Amino acid sequence: MFRLEARTSTPAWFNLALPLIAIVVALVLCSGLIAVAGAGVIDAYGVMLSASLGDSYAITETLVRAAPMIFTGLAVAIAFRAKFWNIGAEGQLLAGAVASCAVGTIPMPGYLAMLLMALVGAAAGALVALVPATLRVKFKVDDVVSSLLLNSVIYYALMALIEGPWKDTFSGYPISPPIEDSANFPVLLEGTRLHIGVVVALIAAPLCWFLIARTTLGFRIRVTGENPEAARYGGISVQRVLLSTALLSGALAGLAGVGEVGGVHFQVMSDISPGYGYSGIVVAMLARLNPLGVVPAAIFLAAVMTGAEAMSRATGVPAFLSDVIQGTALLAMLVALLFTAYRIRRVGASA
Amino acid sequence: MSAMFEQIFQVGFLAAIIRIATPLAFATIGEMFSERAGVLNLGIEGIMLLSAMAGFTAASLGGSLWLGVLVAVLVGALMGALHALFTVALGLSQHVCGIGVTLFSSGLAYFLYRLIFGQQSVPPSIEGFKPVPIPLLSDIPVLGPAVFNQFTLVYLAILAIPLAAFVLYRTPWGLSVRMVGENPRAADSAGVSVITTRFQAVILGGALMGLAGAFLTMAQFNAFTFGVVSGRGWVAIALVVFGRWDPWRSAGAALLFAFVDALQLRMQASGLGHVPYEAFLMLPFIFTIIAMAFMSRNAVAPSALLKPFRREER
Repeated sequence: MFRLEARTSTPAWFNLALPLIAIVVALVLCSGLIAVAGAGVIDAYGVMLSASLGDSYAITETLVRAAPMIFTGLAVAIAFRAKFWNIGAEGQLLAGAVASCAVGTIPMPGYLAMLLMALVGAAAGALVALVPATLRVKFKVDDVVSSLLLNSVIYYALMALIEGPWKDTFSGYPISPPIEDSANFPVLLEGTRLHIGVVVALIAAPLCWFLIARTTLGFRIRVTGENPEAARYGGISVQRVLLSTALLSGALAGLAGVGEVGGVHFQVMSDISPGYGYSGIVVAMLARLNPLGVVPAAIFLAAVMTGAEAMSRATGVPAFLSDVIQGTALLAMLVALLFTAYRIRRVGASA
Repeated sequence: MSAMFEQIFQVGFLAAIIRIATPLAFATIGEMFSERAGVLNLGIEGIMLLSAMAGFTAASLGGSLWLGVLVAVLVGALMGALHALFTVALGLSQHVCGIGVTLFSSGLAYFLYRLIFGQQSVPPSIEGFKPVPIPLLSDIPVLGPAVFNQFTLVYLAILAIPLAAFVLYRTPWGLSVRMVGENPRAADSAGVSVITTRFQAVILGGALMGLAGAFLTMAQFNAFTFGVVSGRGWVAIALVVFGRWDPWRSAGAALLFAFVDALQLRMQASGLGHVPYEAFLMLPFIFTIIAMAFMSRNAVAPSALLKPFRREER
């Protein structure tokens, strides 16, 4: 018989190696699907690797894709720290995209437009996140379910906009009007799509780490998540912490949408997010809810997503493999996390 | 107003409500069994999708609809077992594992579907289930053709409600399920295996979610499309809360939701003013959120819900 036994301490190397182990396990498990699809496993992963990180252009493409997942990953990581189960980053991202696009279409100086887009987009995301938080605080509504249901509501609202008032009368396509050229985020490297929003995302991660690890609000968030009773006893208003966490989390998810509008698509369409909100959950868990870990985790998932498309073209393995890898990585990581708190001990063999 | 009543009591409208409610009833009762045993299954959306895909594939390649249903149920049960493995055996976070199961199974569903059917401009379809009129009962005016001239799976759903209530409240196993969901320690002391019972309940729940998926691709749409489940799983989770973890109330909640959904479809079709159709699509979700706000305050969830059970840790 084997038994799980509580660990008294966790070796330091173990904490760092954990996400890597989870990723390797996910890749190994998913290689079965590549084989089923009739392609060489080494070839397929080789194509994925070279298409996502093989040259400087590939790297910029991966970074561009990582940016929204850094934001949604931070949004989820901070929310989960307070045990505010925000599964609504997808809807908050869409709200941020729509709001920033609306601002971006107004002619004004570029720097002002970008600043306003970020502010309004973040505010829109925050506002959406406030709904499940308020419902939980005031009506005890389960935040998981309400934030999930809100995703659908926001999505249909977006569709109503781009098939209604925003519909392109000229082409008839359901897409929003483009933002002003002056509001397009500056590109950092000519010939690539590496825009300024990627840098903002990379800066946001250490800022969020500072917030969580070194500020009073961060302390309150952590205590509320770990032990709400103790938080209450210590004079922390759990309700207020939950609401502030929601605002912060939603704003970060909203910024993911701002970056996609200002730096990548310059308008809003129905598939502006291929599920970045849900990927944020995977990112946050791989990062073990540490904002600094969000960056490498997001880059890994972005590389898988970018690489999967190239792999699909080269080998015919459906690109949906990247979704399976994401799900498997999340589950593998959860199991791996178990071993930080427990170890497997053989029992009953000698007794 | 009277025109609206006439609309509502039309045969077609009643039949539509029943058809919309059927997959929701299966999914809601499935989720209810799982939660009654103390396990929230957020994998429901993905489990329904993977089952819908697997059932459709089996039916279209194997040529038999009932084979498709069987495969969908087995796949649902299997995914339920996976969720139970993570949450019951290993005691991991039910929230995050559920999302993981959903991400994994929807990714797998899309991956395998694309692998088997390739990329086609028009999704392949199958000859789905045909309505089977029940003699005599189907002759009852209005109610007969709406309720008793339906797919066999609809009758199965109608039967599932009293059956679920009987199993939950009147059988020893149902008692065990309720015990491990309310007070696993006491259940353990009474000699009920918490782990085994929870596994069984989550697997049964998964099988019912599989039936829900099967209904979507083999009776309602007769094809697998990427939006075929489109939030029905999440709605089912809300309906469990709304139905206060009771089979009858949960089924009632599914009917109520189906009524709102059928109403929005009717309003869409009648081209009510210049309201965009998305506003109607949103309606059931907004309705569910508001309904939850009203219900959640007094809702009493199984007290061990979300709490892992480890025998050694007392």
